Amino acid sequence: MEVEKIKNLHKSFLKDTLKSVFKIEKLKRITGFSGVHFNDAEKKLAEKIENYRKVEREAIKSWRIVELSRDEKRPHTPDYINGIFDDFISFSGDRQGYDDKSIITGLGILDGSTVAVIGHNKGSGIKERIEYNFGSSMPQGYRKAARIMDIAQRFGFCLVTFIDTPGAYPALEAEDSGQAGAIARSIYEMFSLDVPTITVLIGEGGSGGALALAIGNFIMMLENSTYSVISPEGCASILWRDSSAAKLASRALKLTSRDLLKLGVIDKIIYEPMGGAQNNPGRMIKIVKSYLKNIIKKYSNLKDFDFKTHRAQKYESIGITAGSVQQKL
Amino acid sequence: MEKIICKKCGKNISEEDFIGNLKVCVHCGFHDMLSAHERIKITADPGSFTELAKDMHSVDFLKFQDLKPYSERIEEAIQKSGINEAVVAGEAAIKGIMASICVMDFNFMGGSMGSVVGEKIKITADNSIEKNLPLLIFCASGGARMQEGIISLMQMAKTVSCIKRLKQEGLAYFCIITHPTTGGVSASFATVADIIITEPGALFCFAGPRVVEQTIKKEVPADFGLAERNLKNGLVDMIVKRHDMRDVLGKLLFMFTNKNLNP
Repeated sequence: MEVEKIKNLHKSFLKDTLKSVFKIEKLKRITGFSGVHFNDAEKKLAEKIENYRKVEREAIKSWRIVELSRDEKRPHTPDYINGIFDDFISFSGDRQGYDDKSIITGLGILDGSTVAVIGHNKGSGIKERIEYNFGSSMPQGYRKAARIMDIAQRFGFCLVTFIDTPGAYPALEAEDSGQAGAIARSIYEMFSLDVPTITVLIGEGGSGGALALAIGNFIMMLENSTYSVISPEGCASILWRDSSAAKLASRALKLTSRDLLKLGVIDKIIYEPMGGAQNNPGRMIKIVKSYLKNIIKKYSNLKDFDFKTHRAQKYESIGITAGSVQQKL
Repeated sequence: MEKIICKKCGKNISEEDFIGNLKVCVHCGFHDMLSAHERIKITADPGSFTELAKDMHSVDFLKFQDLKPYSERIEEAIQKSGINEAVVAGEAAIKGIMASICVMDFNFMGGSMGSVVGEKIKITADNSIEKNLPLLIFCASGGARMQEGIISLMQMAKTVSCIKRLKQEGLAYFCIITHPTTGGVSASFATVADIIITEPGALFCFAGPRVVEQTIKKEVPADFGLAERNLKNGLVDMIVKRHDMRDVLGKLLFMFTNKNLNP
């Protein structure tokens, strides 16, 4: 066995590979075994290593997308809002004692129609990023979002949400003021809307914090954005018990736009300018604007379409199971 | 006679006393975990439980492999817990009142929610709507099942949507939080209940204490996310001891389904 072939393997693979190597070496030392046995075992070992190497190559690709999705130079929610809507006016506060700056809410004009907008705000520059919790929201942020959902519902405005968050803020004060309940309530409110809801995943779609604002009739995802049940780092430290397995976790979680389209969780991939949105933010924003215009136009032409039921049916049909399904009592 | 050591106070209890006391420590009142079927046995009227979708099981559709393949983990969980998935669903009578019921089991992959848990909650909610029954869910879960990736995250939306339909039909939904209930389950169907009841000492939060400590780089208080703190913060309605649970549920079910209304 040439060391060359295995030296770059992740330690979780290396352990398994070395086990097989030692087993073969031990057998070789016992006389009386014919070479045929080793050929077989060595072939299997070579296949195993090749498979591990393939997994690692794929992991590098998905990790590259994770890095791109987090790139500070990518356009963020305020850039999209400024570039897409005319006369955008933002609103503040949950009316219960707090204004969470990690979520922007407001109204703007697109193609002559008033549109309600909610988006995660990561902030730019270290000072802003700290102030906005790096786009991680407190329960109050979701309660602030619920206010604009209510306005959209009562005035018949289409709702557009921009998703870009590492996840809901895991802090003591967030838990004490009901983080879990705020996320659940936000999902519940989005299911209650009669108006169309359109979601654009522009960067990181981190877990419950992203889902809370992402219940869309139509969900678009930028090519290099991600959407995942847990961060690859979190997944690696729980399932691999080793944070260095984050790249492997990013592959296993199937969190890229291509994976999600295949799984039927999103409706459209928006392709990015060459090399990623950060290379040409202006162009990126124009592309998103044209898609948003089209879908809003399409939806406003659908008279009598039941957007609420459409959303419920869409989400309630997600899931892959086996065995007995609908057995009645 | 087997001796049980209480996980909280460390004192010895005879197995007989422990089981007889519904797995609550006779010394310190610590409520140990129950399996789904143990829970049903002490909650439902004897012989009244009928199971729904018992054979439904998980599929490793992502071919997810961490240190072990997901398919292997499913097999092990079935062997270890004796049930096919992390939730047992069906209907039962409590103090003579019929209700749909879901009971999560932490022994099955930490009670994690994947496609099967989502689908079973949907089936149970639909059963409630069809037969005009209230719904009870006993939660015990570490959150969404990572091995099903984004599809497990979507179960949060799916279950909330089902509960919303049920509530709009004018049906009652109570959630009983048992130790521990965190992550994707606490941030979906658990917290949109009409009434949230918790067992004493149960952990009920979104991010667990270790995750929070890593983020804020500070120790969290000893009562972080526990029933008593949640009650003080207004996040749950009441703490009910295991011995009293059946009585309280019976009374609530009676009041919520009482047709004898004053004008």
